[in-house]
Amino acid sequence: MTHRHFFINFVQNNLFMKILVCISTVPDTTSKINFVNQNQAFDTQGVTFIINPNDEFGLTRAIWFQQKEGADVTVVTVGDSSCEPILRKCLAIGADRAIRIDATPMDGFYVASQLSELAKKETYDLIITGRESIDYNGGMVGGILATFLGLPYLANCNGLEKDGTTFNLEREMDGGKELLKASFPIVIGAQKGLVEEKDLIIPNMRGIMQARQKPLEVVPAVNLEAGSSIESFEKPPAKGPVKLVDSSNIDGLIDLLQNEAKVL
Amino acid sequence: MSVIVYIETQDQEIKKSSLEVASYGRAIADAQETSLVAVTFGLENGSALKQYGVDTIINVPTEGEQYFNADRYSTTLAKIADNEGAKLLIISSSANGRYLGPIVATKFQSTYFSNVIGLPLSYDPLTVKRSCFTNKAFNQSTSQKARVVISLSSNSFGIIEKDGKGDLKTAEYAASTCDLRVESVEKSSNKVSIADAEIVISGGRGLKGPENWHLIEDLATVLGAATACSKPVSDMGWRPHSEHVGQTGKPVASNLYIAIGVSGAIQHLAGINSSKVKVVINNDPEAPFFKAADYGIVGDAFEVVPELISKLKVLKGA
Repeated sequence: MTHRHFFINFVQNNLFMKILVCISTVPDTTSKINFVNQNQAFDTQGVTFIINPNDEFGLTRAIWFQQKEGADVTVVTVGDSSCEPILRKCLAIGADRAIRIDATPMDGFYVASQLSELAKKETYDLIITGRESIDYNGGMVGGILATFLGLPYLANCNGLEKDGTTFNLEREMDGGKELLKASFPIVIGAQKGLVEEKDLIIPNMRGIMQARQKPLEVVPAVNLEAGSSIESFEKPPAKGPVKLVDSSNIDGLIDLLQNEAKVL
Repeated sequence: MSVIVYIETQDQEIKKSSLEVASYGRAIADAQETSLVAVTFGLENGSALKQYGVDTIINVPTEGEQYFNADRYSTTLAKIADNEGAKLLIISSSANGRYLGPIVATKFQSTYFSNVIGLPLSYDPLTVKRSCFTNKAFNQSTSQKARVVISLSSNSFGIIEKDGKGDLKTAEYAASTCDLRVESVEKSSNKVSIADAEIVISGGRGLKGPENWHLIEDLATVLGAATACSKPVSDMGWRPHSEHVGQTGKPVASNLYIAIGVSGAIQHLAGINSSKVKVVINNDPEAPFFKAADYGIVGDAFEVVPELISKLKVLKGA
């Protein structure tokens, strides 16, 4: 058996799928959103950071492939050392290794460029990003990364099954869903549906202990320009109090919606 | 250096979100004293776009391919934008628009701005206002590049009728660059999709069980609205996941959002923040939704909703 045949057999026997999961560190949903430095920076004071929920759905699916068929799972983030607890959590959830690209994420383009430089050095069969982060909601890293790598991208991916060296995928769209096929490798924008909330893995003590022994590599950033810069932030004006209508006064509600809000 | 807009269609009809994109593109073209070019895929007759200020309507025949194809659409759009010497390409924030955005922006060697909520604040360099933190904040972003792809938030600009030249052209459909094939599309049975709806009626755990969903459906029918639900409701299997709105579900940017028996958890509110008018009907006056809503009724949904339906039926003459 030649080396190449051996390699192909490996892939076909599902022993060799390499997965890269791109992780974003985001403020917990319940965080107070405030800005500092003349509204030029997000106020991290008292904010708890979590794995971006869409990334976590993707990571959990990757761990499923690891446990079922021995896939190799690497997590990567672009950020400073404050992101390391989140990477350790990914390792405790089950990722095999973590990589931190040592840079301040300037914008989605910059992050995708850094990830692309890293991903080029290895051959991944599947690259997972979240469909969007819950802080900047850009929804761009996966699409830009895939295009840089010359790979197909599937956004809003809520179903992923492996069939030999092909993926069967599902995309949630407006008013329905799409069923697709792609051969390795592909980049997806993960969302709920890849796994359900109940499938998310809460690290146990063994996982946390093992995570300490797993490799967390810090790699220098590539010298790149960002595509854009944020000049300032602002909060929407405070909302007025709710107008309560008595439950016996349905006509009153209809009147308000028709004549005041003008939405009926 | 015309302005390019990508126009989405469904069953040969132009989507409303794309009419908004055309209106927005017209306003930018006027500000820059240039022409507006619309690109459609597989649309037999796009002349209606003339009424929304489009000067040139370029249709791309899709050779019988019936499904949206992010790869081929993006290559085609980038090429047309390049040929036109355009600096700005505008798309909607539909699921397909947001899918296409980062890919076409990369192929067009441009900056991609999603969640844009109004006309640019300046053009050279291009600065826009965008929503972030799931609509709990906005930021002003400036592009470092001359070329920009903008994804316009739904319902943020409005549809404005204005005469354009309406010249009709065609362009070639770009070849595929990657191996990702749509096998089939399953349309949901809902008459109105959450993304396209002006009005969304959403039900929560307060409805006590899936057998009571006729209240939501009947109210939606009389208002021509889409139906939605909270996360616990989809987690319990009362309703399909595709109806789940919120942070990890679908985003809603409708004109009117009526929440019935939904408590208003922060994750739910994150998904519906950009709806213009919010109404809550809940028997618990302490439900957090009352803080987020514009109008509210503290009352039993099983009494309030049937009465609301019958009164609206009279109003709508149904």
